[in-house]
Amino acid sequence: MAAAAELTLLEKSLGLSKGNKYSAQGDRQIPVLQTNNGPSLTGLTTIAAHLVKQANKEYLLGSTAEEKAIVQQWLEYRVTQVDKYSNKDDLRTLLKDLNSYLEDKVYLTGYNFTLADILLYYGLHRFIVSIIVIGFFSVIFRMIFFNLS
Amino acid sequence: MRLFVSEGAPGNLPVLAAAGRARGRAELLISTVGPEECMVPFLTRPKVPVLPCCPLFGLTYNHCFHCGVRNGYFFLLSGWEQDDITNQWLEWEATELQPALSAALYYLAVQGKKGEDVLGPVRRALTHIDHSLSRQNWPFLAGETESLADIVLWGALYPLLQDPAYLPEELGALRSWFQTLSTQEPCQRAAETVLKQQGVLALRPYLQKQPQPSPPDGRAVTNEPEEEELATLSEEEIAMAVTAWEKGVESLPPLQPPQNPVLPVAGERNVLITSALPYVNNVPHLGNIIGCVLSADVFARYSRLRQWNTLYLCGTDEYGTATETKAMEEGLTPQEICDKYHVIHADIYRWFNISFDIFGRTTTPQQTKITQDIFQRLLTRGFVLQDTVEQLRCEQCARFLADRFVEGVCPFCGYEEARGDQCDKCGKLINAIELKKPQCKVCRSCPVVKSSQHLFLDLPKLEKRLEEWLGKTLPGSDWTPNARFIIRSWLRDGLKPRCITRDLKWGTPVPLEGFEDKVFYVWFDATIGYLSITANYTDQWERWWKNPEQVELYQFMAKDNVPFHGLVFPCSALGTEDNYTLVSHLIATEYLNYEDGKFSKSRGVGVFGDMAQDTGIPADIWRFYLLYIRPEGQDSAFSWTDMLLKNNSELLNNLGNFINRAGMFVSKFFGGYVPEMVLTPDDQRLLAHVTLELQHYHQLLEKVRIRDALRSILTISRHGNQYIQVNEPWKRIKGSEADRQRAGTVTGLAVNIAALLSVMLQPYMPTVSATIQAQLQLPAPACSILLTNFLCTLPAGHQIGTVSPLFQKLENDQIESLRQRFGGGQAKVSPKPEVVETVTTAGPQLIQALMDEVTKQGNIVRELKAQKADKNQIAAEVAKLLDLKKQLALAEGKPLETSKGKKKK
Repeated sequence: MAAAAELTLLEKSLGLSKGNKYSAQGDRQIPVLQTNNGPSLTGLTTIAAHLVKQANKEYLLGSTAEEKAIVQQWLEYRVTQVDKYSNKDDLRTLLKDLNSYLEDKVYLTGYNFTLADILLYYGLHRFIVSIIVIGFFSVIFRMIFFNLS
Repeated sequence: MRLFVSEGAPGNLPVLAAAGRARGRAELLISTVGPEECMVPFLTRPKVPVLPCCPLFGLTYNHCFHCGVRNGYFFLLSGWEQDDITNQWLEWEATELQPALSAALYYLAVQGKKGEDVLGPVRRALTHIDHSLSRQNWPFLAGETESLADIVLWGALYPLLQDPAYLPEELGALRSWFQTLSTQEPCQRAAETVLKQQGVLALRPYLQKQPQPSPPDGRAVTNEPEEEELATLSEEEIAMAVTAWEKGVESLPPLQPPQNPVLPVAGERNVLITSALPYVNNVPHLGNIIGCVLSADVFARYSRLRQWNTLYLCGTDEYGTATETKAMEEGLTPQEICDKYHVIHADIYRWFNISFDIFGRTTTPQQTKITQDIFQRLLTRGFVLQDTVEQLRCEQCARFLADRFVEGVCPFCGYEEARGDQCDKCGKLINAIELKKPQCKVCRSCPVVKSSQHLFLDLPKLEKRLEEWLGKTLPGSDWTPNARFIIRSWLRDGLKPRCITRDLKWGTPVPLEGFEDKVFYVWFDATIGYLSITANYTDQWERWWKNPEQVELYQFMAKDNVPFHGLVFPCSALGTEDNYTLVSHLIATEYLNYEDGKFSKSRGVGVFGDMAQDTGIPADIWRFYLLYIRPEGQDSAFSWTDMLLKNNSELLNNLGNFINRAGMFVSKFFGGYVPEMVLTPDDQRLLAHVTLELQHYHQLLEKVRIRDALRSILTISRHGNQYIQVNEPWKRIKGSEADRQRAGTVTGLAVNIAALLSVMLQPYMPTVSATIQAQLQLPAPACSILLTNFLCTLPAGHQIGTVSPLFQKLENDQIESLRQRFGGGQAKVSPKPEVVETVTTAGPQLIQALMDEVTKQGNIVRELKAQKADKNQIAAEVAKLLDLKKQLALAEGKPLETSKGKKKK
C-alpha cells in the first residue's frame, strides 16, 4: 500500500471528512502533506500523528507518558524496520519478534488500541498472503479481527 | 527508575543528555551493561545486542544505535510536548540520518578511514540540517527554543562532529547550532560519560561488534546519465560562489614554467604516475588502453592542472621468452623485434594523445644496473634462496618452457586453459609443473619435467615488513577496493618463495657464479622498469624513487597486475633496505569486454590500438567513450551502438551544443565581445550550482574516480543548456533595453561556463579542450590551472575568436559497418568509412519547432484513441510521435529514454 493511500485510509477511520492530497518525495516515496497553515510535513508517522491530533483523538497517541513513549517506539519500528524489510528471512524474524511480543498483550501498548496498532497493521498488510503461506497466524489473526474502523 | 545503557554505544549520548535535563522529575540510576547482554526478551533480532534503557517498560528495540524513542520517554516525563515539527525531525533522524551516520562512524572508528570517506555518506544529511536552520532562521531545529529534536540530533551527531574536520566550514548554521548545544551542561556531561575523553575511539569496541552498515544512498552507478536532483543551496554558499566569481583571473596563481626534467620539490605536492608497462609484442587493445595508459593520462593531466609536480612515465616491457619466439618467427633478433614494436606502441599512444613525460623501454643498461643492484642487496641481506627446480622442458622444441608457453588444467579450479603462471579463472598463481595435462603452446607436445638450479625471492621472510608497510600505507589511501581485496587474499593464503630466474638468454643477466646462462624472470625485473626508465630520463632519478617522504606514487594497471605491484615489488624494495618510494595509491581497473565477449587478437575480435585510427573517429571521441565506460568498480563493455548514442546525445547535443551556442551568441549578438553581466539571484544560484559540481569533480578526481568525474562535466553543461533554454537570449536581444541587458548577462555567464568546461575537459579530451580555448581566446593561465572555484575568466569586453561546431554526428550505417569490420571472424579490410556528416547543432528554433510537432502529433494520437479508430492507424501515428520525441530529445541534448513505457503483454 502506498503511503498516500495508507494516510487516506487513516483519515477515513479517524472520521476526518476532508481528504488531503499527498505528494511523494525521493526514491522511497516518502509522503508529504502541505498543510493550510504552516510548513509542509514530511514522513509517514509525522503526518499520521498530525492527523490524529486534527481529529481530536489524542488518546490514540497514548494516554500516559509511558504509553506515549511506547507508541512512539512502535511508530518508529514501523518506518525503520517493517518498511525496510527486503527478503523472506527478514520478514520471518520480524514476525517472530512481533508474535512473541504480542503473546501476552492485546495491543502493542498492552490494553489500549493506539495509532501504533493501526500503522503496524497497515505496514504488515502487504505481507498477508505470504504470511499465511509461511504459517505465522497469531499476529495477523488478532490484527484482522480487530475492528479498525 | 533505573536506566541501563550499553558500554560505549553512541546511542547513549542523547539518552544521557536528555536524562540530565529531566533529572529532578524522576529519580534515575544509570547502570552500564556489557554489549553481549540482551535485556529485551521479545526481540530475537540481535544481529546486534539489544540495549534497553528502560527495562521497566521493555521500551526499546535496537537497530544499530538508534536512540530517538528512548529520549522521547524522558522528555515526555519532563513535560515537553512533541509537536509536528519535532516529530518530523525525529522521523527523519531515524530513517535518514541514522543509516548514513552509522556508516560514517563505522568507517571512522572501526576501519580507520578519514576525510571524504567518512564525510561522504553523511554530507547530504548535514547539508539538510544546515539548510533548514538557515532557511527558517531559527537558532534551534523546531523553533526559537530548544526541543527534543535538538537533543536527539545533537547526541547522534556529536561523536562525529566533535572533530572539527567533520564539521564542514561552509555549513555555518549547522556549526553554530552544534556549538551552542555542545556548551550546555547536560550535553557536556553526557559527552564525557560516553566518550571518556577518547573521542570516537571510545565507541570502537562497541561498533566493532556491529555488522558493517551498508552505506545509505546506494545509488548504483550506471552507464546511463542520471536525473540530477538540484541540491538546495544556502545563502552563504551562493555568496561565496559570487565572491569567487567576481575575483576572476586575478585569483589564479602564477603559471609555473615547464621544467625539464621534472623533479620533486620539497614542500610541494610531488606526484609520480606510472602506467603498467605493455608487453612489447602485443598490440594493445582498447581494454589495455583504458586499463592503464589512458586512465593514468587523465590523472596526470588533472594533476598538472592542479600545478602539482607531475611525472608520468611508461614504456614497453621487452624481455622474455615471448620476444625470443616472436624474433624466431619473424627472422629478426630479439632486439630488432623490440625496436620495431616499441615504435608501434609509441605511435598508438601518441595518436591517443597520451601525455607521457617519458615513454621508455626495459632493454637498457640502466635496467641491468638497477636490477642487479637490487638483487645484490637482497642477496647480501639473505632474502634470496637457491633451490633445484623441476621444470617443464619441451624436447621437441629443445628448450625449457617459460610459463606462458605451457597451458593445461588448473590444479585449483579445473579451468581447462590455465596458463603456466596464473589461472585466468580463479586468479591463483600456479607453478607450471603443477598443471594437469601440460602442453607446449608452440608444438602442442607434452613437455617433460627436468631439474635446474634457480634463485628464489624469500617472500615469507619479507612478509612481516610487507604487512607493516601496508598497515601504514593502506588506511586513508586511494587504493581501489579490488586491489585491497587481492592483496588481502594473497596475505591470507600466506606468501611462498617465488622463483626469480629463468633459463633464457633474452633478459637481464643474473650476476652470480653458476648462473651465467640464466636471466631474471620478467616479473622480478619488469616493475624495476619504472625506475630504469626514469633513470634514462634523468640522472637524478633517485630523487623520485628513493624519496618516499616527499613523493606520492600512483600506479595504474588492470587488476591482474596487482600482485606484482602491491606485493612482489614492495617486498623486493623493502628487502633492499634502500628507502625506495613505494606505491601510495594503487589504482586497478576491472576488465573491459568487447560487445558481449572478450577482446581476442587471434580471433580478430575487438578494436586494437592501431586500428582505432583507421575508423575515421577522432582520438578524443575514443578517449571520451572509453573513459565514460571505464571499468571502475565493475567490468564494463565496449559497445558500438552505445558509443554512437553517447557521441550523439552527450557530446553533440549536450556538451557541444551548449558550448557552441554560448560562443555563437557572443559572436552573433555582441559582435564577438563578451557582454556586460548583471547577475540576478537566479544567476547567482546557477553560479553556486556550477561551483558545487566543480567541487564534486575535484573530490572525485582526487580519489581517482575518473569515470564519475566525467559525469560532473556533463551535468554542468546540462545546467547550461537549461539556463539558455529558460532565459531565451535570442528573443530578449530583440526586446527592450532591460531585455537586451538580460540577454547579455545570460550570454556572458554561459560563455564563462563554456570556458570552465574547456578546462575541466582537458584531462579527458585534450584536443577538443584546446579547440574550445582557441575559439574563446581563453587567456593562458586560465587554460592551464583549475581552481576549486568557478571564476569569471572571460570578463566583459573580452574578444573571442571564431566559433564552430565541435563534434560530428555518428551515423548508424557507419557504426554498423565498423561493427561488422571488428566484430569477429576474419579481420577483413573494409572500405574506408563514409565521410562523417557534419550536423549543425540544434538551434532553439529547431527545438521549438520539434516541440510544436510533438504537441500536434500527441493530439492526433489522443483523438484517434478517443474515436476508437483502427488499431493499425493508431500504431502508425504513435510511431511517428515516438520518432518526433526522439528527435526532440536529441536536439535538446537529453539522454534518450529507452523503452520506459509500459511493456506490452
